[in-house]
Amino acid sequence: MKTFLFGKKPTADELIEVESQGLSRSKEIWMRLMRDKSSMISLGVIVILVLVAIFANLLINKSLVTEQNVAERIQGPSAKHWFGTDLYGRDIFARVVYGSRISLSIGIFTVIISTTIGGLLGAVAAYYGGVTDSIIMRITDVFLAIPEQLLAMTVVAALGATPLSVIAALSVAVIPNRTRLVRSAVLGIVDSQYVEAARAVGMKSQGIILKEIIPNTLGPIIVVSTQGIASIILTVSSLSYLGVGIQPPTPEWGSIIFEAREFLRIAPYMILLPGLVIVLTALAFNLVGDGLRDALDPRLKD
Amino acid sequence: MIRYVVRRLLLLIPILFGVAFLIFFIMELSPGDPATKILGIEAPPEAKEQLREQLGLNDPFFVRFFNYIKDIVVHLDFGISWRTKNPVFQDILPRIPISLTLASFGIIFATLFGIPLGVISAVKQNTIGDNTLRVVATILVAVPTFLLAMLLILGFSSGLGWLPASGASSLISYILPVITCGGPYGCAILRITRSTMLEEIRQDYVRTAKAKGVPVNVVTYKHALKNALLPVVTTIGQNFGAILGGSVVAESVFSLPGIGSLVILGIRSKDTPTVIASVLLISIFFAIIMLIVDLLYAFIDPRIKAKYAKGNQ
Amino acid sequence: MSVELLKVENLEVIYKTTQETVQAVNKISFTLNKGETLGLVGETGAGKTTTALAIMQLLPKTGKILAGSITFDGRNLLELSDEEMRLRIRGEKIAMIFQDPMTALNPVMTVGEQIAEAIRYHSENIKEDEIQKRVDEVLEMVGIQASRKYEYPHQFSGGMKQRVVIAIALSCEPDLLIADEPTTALDVTIQAQVLAMMGELRDRLGTAMVMITHDLGVVAQICDKVAVMYAGELIEKGTLEDIYVSKDHHPYTDGLFGALPNLVKGTDRLAPIVGLMPDPSKLPVGCNFQDRCPHCMDICKAKKPEVYMNRTHMIECYLFSNNESWRRDHGKQN
Repeated sequence: MKTFLFGKKPTADELIEVESQGLSRSKEIWMRLMRDKSSMISLGVIVILVLVAIFANLLINKSLVTEQNVAERIQGPSAKHWFGTDLYGRDIFARVVYGSRISLSIGIFTVIISTTIGGLLGAVAAYYGGVTDSIIMRITDVFLAIPEQLLAMTVVAALGATPLSVIAALSVAVIPNRTRLVRSAVLGIVDSQYVEAARAVGMKSQGIILKEIIPNTLGPIIVVSTQGIASIILTVSSLSYLGVGIQPPTPEWGSIIFEAREFLRIAPYMILLPGLVIVLTALAFNLVGDGLRDALDPRLKD
Repeated sequence: MIRYVVRRLLLLIPILFGVAFLIFFIMELSPGDPATKILGIEAPPEAKEQLREQLGLNDPFFVRFFNYIKDIVVHLDFGISWRTKNPVFQDILPRIPISLTLASFGIIFATLFGIPLGVISAVKQNTIGDNTLRVVATILVAVPTFLLAMLLILGFSSGLGWLPASGASSLISYILPVITCGGPYGCAILRITRSTMLEEIRQDYVRTAKAKGVPVNVVTYKHALKNALLPVVTTIGQNFGAILGGSVVAESVFSLPGIGSLVILGIRSKDTPTVIASVLLISIFFAIIMLIVDLLYAFIDPRIKAKYAKGNQ
Repeated sequence: MSVELLKVENLEVIYKTTQETVQAVNKISFTLNKGETLGLVGETGAGKTTTALAIMQLLPKTGKILAGSITFDGRNLLELSDEEMRLRIRGEKIAMIFQDPMTALNPVMTVGEQIAEAIRYHSENIKEDEIQKRVDEVLEMVGIQASRKYEYPHQFSGGMKQRVVIAIALSCEPDLLIADEPTTALDVTIQAQVLAMMGELRDRLGTAMVMITHDLGVVAQICDKVAVMYAGELIEKGTLEDIYVSKDHHPYTDGLFGALPNLVKGTDRLAPIVGLMPDPSKLPVGCNFQDRCPHCMDICKAKKPEVYMNRTHMIECYLFSNNESWRRDHGKQN
């Protein structure tokens, strides 16, 4: 049995062979994903990013983040300062690297919280139906009536601009969306013909939930969550830029750019380089999400 | 059909009520004493107590909420801004046209940009033009709004000196903000238009039309696009919230005195009445747009029109 | 005297994707005269629809006509540009209707407008009210009230939808109608109605028809000539009598008739043809039917069978090589 981990890109024939062997679905999905170049590259980028974030303090001295060096302020990129220095003489590259911790952790925590709570609510609503469903959905509708970013801003307004409140704010903003998503996914499956077939063959409810419902809902959830991380990272940086998110001097990417905003014409690198990191990160997550979506249901592809 | 519209409008009321309640409740969670915020920390306690009585701040939560709604509905009174000391409504009113202009032009730009390019991209599938558009659209969606704004300023304002970077002096000053809001949104529209068109082109009725001898252009626009519009309009509606979020950023970066920038001012100065009122108004606008989008479905797809007319939802 | 309308000669069509090349139609030839109806019979995947799409030049991007000619009314269709096909031929001279009426119509366009389109794009100077008059005429012709032209497809039942499809096809009074399994998706009773209507219209308008079907009952009801396709080749051709009355048949045709339930005789099991059609991307050497043929001989596995003719009846099978009434058809050497 060949294992394809990071080996050669599987050919069409190998793919067909694996499919016909009836291998586990996750292996099949993984193989399809591997054929998508942009997804694989993006996945690599994300892995690097995560490793950098986790081992940041091994790579770069933490003090560089806050160490001010007036003599070296506002210098362009150089061998010593890869991203140059900001108006206080701090090394921008170091700040961006440590900033990745903040962005990634907020992104991941928010996705975990919102998917869990939202997913649970959606599943409960779909499963129990009736009054429970109505109540949950009406409340969700109210939340959805407020534009996502504004809702997040309001929560931050109430709770103050700290990392914890930002996570809470974004979770609150994202949960209703996940509730609706999971609810419609579960409803779609519960009514579908293959659940009917499973029941007709005599499968018990538990078995149906485990074997049919969950695997089929997981797909869209995973895709949406992956792209959700990108969207959350973008939102966090926007909130920080506007001053209603993570405050300086914490080196969140948006807040780094906020501090540099007056230097747009004089020293654009201060904005463009951190900005590039934001774009690449969001792009990577989006592309992996796209790749996952195509891998999960190849019929959706062009 | 009219009955459906009326019913939807009526349904809007409890939702907006809920929205007001939600916002009010969230702001309730903010720590600190409003009287202190208004009068300052050094003010004597008696003055603060007097102010609290005056503003009804000692009443229980539901009483305050009820009074708040009553004031809005009956007197159009949204309270007094803690920052400017003016009635909030007075602060908001002149900002409404600015935000409306920005949002409307934003949608128009995004639609005019996204749909035609999406169709072209689909018709010329896998050519260089298509692939370029897709790459550009994919990247643009990953650019945060404030960064896009700054890039546009760098390029068109300081770089080429063509367009102003701030203020709402004339319609020209709206150009860059509109592109900022509408650009990423337009890319989402482009992508969904493209993928829906690709699906529709493969449908049987397209084959029938070709077999009839209908010219290719007509098949693309009159047949395929008309059917593709439905999911596209759905996406336009779903993502509309993003344009509102984007407009808040655009207003800040481009110094446009709209409601969005008022929200930010309100949050940063902890001016609760302003925040509540602004978010509420934006949500009302949002809800109305969603209703319009919903009604648009009926005009695009006669099957849905039939459903609405029958009174189902 | 019958006038030749359509002549397909040695047509070869392939589908080529990045992964494989599929031989869909392999050197088929047949002719159709004005007013005649040809039944093109075969299993799913035999290449019938591909043949029809080739005639209309509506093959998908992956399809290619490798060789052969399609002569219609004296002109070789394969030499015409796509625009000429669209303007002169499609809808106007040759019309095609497809299998599934549920999806064949545009759901967001009124039925009347869809019929009007067929007319509008073929006449340069026709006035709108003339078009509408014709739309009414055509609807009445298929048994639908003209006032329904403002309705949408979803407001019609399956059988009515197919009538609309037929109305669209016949609106320009084409010389040839290609019908690809037009009744397969309908209930049996509706099927009978629609078929009867098609026959009636065909008689009235003098339209020639190619009726693609896998249903031998349909063929018997409405066709003059029959051509049997298997794995991309025409293995038997003849008049209705040749196929239904004569005792000589290609083993495949025998199998098709044998698989039909008999109204008179009771039976425990139906007799299907064993096996499956060969993979069109991996066709065998020799006869395509060899794995399923009860009379398979060694020579069948070695060389493609020759074509034998008995007046109007043609069979491509070695079984007839020693039969006196059957002579080898030199014009159709493979």
